[in-house]
Amino acid sequence: MISVRNISKKFGKLEVLREFNLEFEAGKSYALMGPNGSGKTTLIKIILGMVIPNKGDIIVQGDSIKNNFKYRSNIGYMPQIGRYPDNMKIGQLFRMMQDMRPEIKEYDLELIGAFGLDQMMEKPMHTLSGGTRQKVSAALAFMFDADILILDEPTAGLDPMAVETLKNKIKKERDSGKLILITSHILSELDELTDQAIYIYEGDIFFNDSVDALKETTGEDRFTTAIARLMEWSLKKKQPKTEMSHV
Amino acid sequence: MKTLLLCLFLLSSPVLAGTVLLKPGDSIKEAVAKAQEGDVIILSAGEYSEHEIIIRKSLTIQGEGMPTINGKEQGDIFIVAGENIHFKNLRIINTGKSNIDDSAAIKFFDSQHCSVEGVELDNTFFGLHFSNSSNLTIKNNKLISRAEREYQTGNGIHLWKCKDSMIEGNHVEGHRDGIYLEFVTNTISQHNTVDGNKRYGLHFMFSHDNSYIKNTFRKNGAGVAVMYTRNVVMRDNVFEENEGPSSYGILLKDITDSEVVGNIFRKNTIGIYMEGSSRTLFKNNAFTSNGWALKLMASCDNNTFEANNFIANTFDISTNGSVVLNTLKENYWDKYEGYDLNKDKIGDVPYRPISLFSVIVEKIPSAVILWRSFMVTLLDRMEKIIPAITPENMIDNNPKMKPYDLS
Amino acid sequence: MFKLLKYSLYDILKSRFAILYTIFMVLVAVSIYQVSEDLAKVSLSLLNIMLMIVPLIAAVFATTHFFNNLEFTELMLAQPVKRRNVFLSQILAVIIMLSAAILIGFGIPMLLWGADESILILLAIGIALSIVFAGLAFLASVLTRDKAKAIGISLSFWIYFSLIYDGFVLYLIYSLSDYPLEKTTLSLVFLNPVDLGRIIMLMKLDISALMGYTGAFFQNFFGSAKGMFLSSSIMLLWISWPIATAMRIFKRKDF
Repeated sequence: MISVRNISKKFGKLEVLREFNLEFEAGKSYALMGPNGSGKTTLIKIILGMVIPNKGDIIVQGDSIKNNFKYRSNIGYMPQIGRYPDNMKIGQLFRMMQDMRPEIKEYDLELIGAFGLDQMMEKPMHTLSGGTRQKVSAALAFMFDADILILDEPTAGLDPMAVETLKNKIKKERDSGKLILITSHILSELDELTDQAIYIYEGDIFFNDSVDALKETTGEDRFTTAIARLMEWSLKKKQPKTEMSHV
Repeated sequence: MKTLLLCLFLLSSPVLAGTVLLKPGDSIKEAVAKAQEGDVIILSAGEYSEHEIIIRKSLTIQGEGMPTINGKEQGDIFIVAGENIHFKNLRIINTGKSNIDDSAAIKFFDSQHCSVEGVELDNTFFGLHFSNSSNLTIKNNKLISRAEREYQTGNGIHLWKCKDSMIEGNHVEGHRDGIYLEFVTNTISQHNTVDGNKRYGLHFMFSHDNSYIKNTFRKNGAGVAVMYTRNVVMRDNVFEENEGPSSYGILLKDITDSEVVGNIFRKNTIGIYMEGSSRTLFKNNAFTSNGWALKLMASCDNNTFEANNFIANTFDISTNGSVVLNTLKENYWDKYEGYDLNKDKIGDVPYRPISLFSVIVEKIPSAVILWRSFMVTLLDRMEKIIPAITPENMIDNNPKMKPYDLS
Repeated sequence: MFKLLKYSLYDILKSRFAILYTIFMVLVAVSIYQVSEDLAKVSLSLLNIMLMIVPLIAAVFATTHFFNNLEFTELMLAQPVKRRNVFLSQILAVIIMLSAAILIGFGIPMLLWGADESILILLAIGIALSIVFAGLAFLASVLTRDKAKAIGISLSFWIYFSLIYDGFVLYLIYSLSDYPLEKTTLSLVFLNPVDLGRIIMLMKLDISALMGYTGAFFQNFFGSAKGMFLSSSIMLLWISWPIATAMRIFKRKDF
């Protein structure tokens, strides 16, 4: 569904991604992990077209993203920190985002109801708390029933009840055959939501396989400890990379 | 011819004796030759092709329905020398174009008590040319030259060594000089419109004791130039839109003991440029929207500028020296920023009409392009606070707070 | 594009700054009209506002707005819209707001107390310079990631074009006063949008003095509609190139 082909990205002299290749398939959900500055967010931004790679291409649903903007209507994106026009009200924001995708007529309003956002449609954005903004971001990401969902730290700042609601929603969408890509610092959450693990270290793919394979490779039962092991290995840096399992 | 005259006499009995009626095709020269002193030759409407018509006796040449006399671009059309010779209601076109004999529509020599009234001249080299004559009336004529360049045309109304005359209500357009007077005395020019002439609208030299009243001089190549003359009165004239690198509302050179009162100077590159002039009074003039209202060269002295309005000029005054021997008083300057605490309608601080930047522009003309920039404004402000370069005594000690009503 | 613009504009017009700027303009206009006894004086007082204050505000506001709106820009970039349209909607919103403040601020007093041609041209110059400096500010903003640095660059543009440049030209004229420099000066002036706006006004207010320039070229340039046309065309270039350059960089910029 998304194939990342030979992507390289430098910021100045700093090489963030090096000859990067990845395949994301529909119906699977991926945990994108790596230490700070490893290139997770850069990769997401390249897929979304917000960062332009120096080399390589990305194919989303069969089309190159170069000079293309329409593919983004099939991506629901929840940014790490959602900032919105201060003077806009929640209802207006939703209408605006719907306006951006005139071809979509039916909206998934489940999260709006579940988060109680329908009660505060007239509130201007600048009066909202961080958590409520996150809720708005989540509601927006799922609103258009997009085939691909990219969630950058989705649960940060949410209250436990809302986290539960969001997790259920993510699972539901995963089970309905969507491609889901999540970055998070909360590893237990990833364990619950994803079936594929990708570990990036210093611009290279250090690990890319199913969560089960991860556990097997590291010899650990629990996801969190498996990841910790992976981190240790990556710091030693001499470990062999696991071959890509996708054929 | 005799039968014709007889017929005319019989057909139109009210015609007075001494009146000759011509129709197109008749010879004016012949009629003039046959006419008696004091006769009136009437030209009926239509075109007469003649030139070098010489008149040496008292005659009136008068048109009915504006007959046209076409000189076909050969020499002068009328050449006149005598007394009581009058031209009325004619159209005279196409004189020769020669600088050697100064071809003119009507050329007067040594004549007295003559007049030209209601005559229209078109495409003439000189228009009306008078030498050594007196007691002339030149009234309500329209003189148009269609030359492209200065050397292709002569003067509109040209007087040389004439006196005691009246030039009134004429419209002169497209000549070299509109009105040219040399050695002309005791003559009045009034209500004339002098427009679009190639060199000067009005040009006089050595012409003392003349008055110029309520004339309009507009868009002449170099404006108005008057030189070497004393006792001139210029009153209520309009000098406007004389724009160009050497174009003046008036250029005064060696003018003394004169009066320039109640005139309007509008949109001239230089309103008044004066050098070598003295003892002249400038009062109640309105200087509006000129590049420089006054350029006062250091060779001028004892002139007085009093109760004039200076409004919306780029520069009010500039000069080339530091010595100023002229008086400025009670003028209205729209750039004046002083105050009037005692409410006597006169500003409490003196006004210095010369700005630092105008001194710079005087030295380097191309700097004018920076006028009104923030930097130049700063420079001028600084100079106002600490005067260093601008002449100390070019100063109006009693600037008015409100403009005079000079419409 | 139109939708994006609609939302950007909605946001900007409801901001506190838009209201304050408009009120400021009204106050300036009212006080100028109160102090000046005729319209000619109004245009003179207005000239400095339009040539100095308006570009300054445009430069600072546009830079600040670009950075304050960065998250919104990022949000839009993740939507199925063209990058070009995201950029254009942002800058157009700024331009429309700045122009509206000038038009409303001066329009009301003008309706009350009248205006003449030069005041109207002056308003047009104010709007043109707002666009030029908003463009330069956006250019400064896309060139750097740091807000303070971008504001610094925008301010430098302003100081350079409204003061330093003229000082340099005057110095040049002064030190080379023995040479015929008219054409050089005139072309130098065209390289500065503030000077260009000033020249357009000079052609209205001081045409008589400008006609004192020697040479047929200047007679022709200042004396006919040609000069006005040429100056306006170059002003259009000044309006378009910073925006076009900023847009080119924006299209390749990483967020």
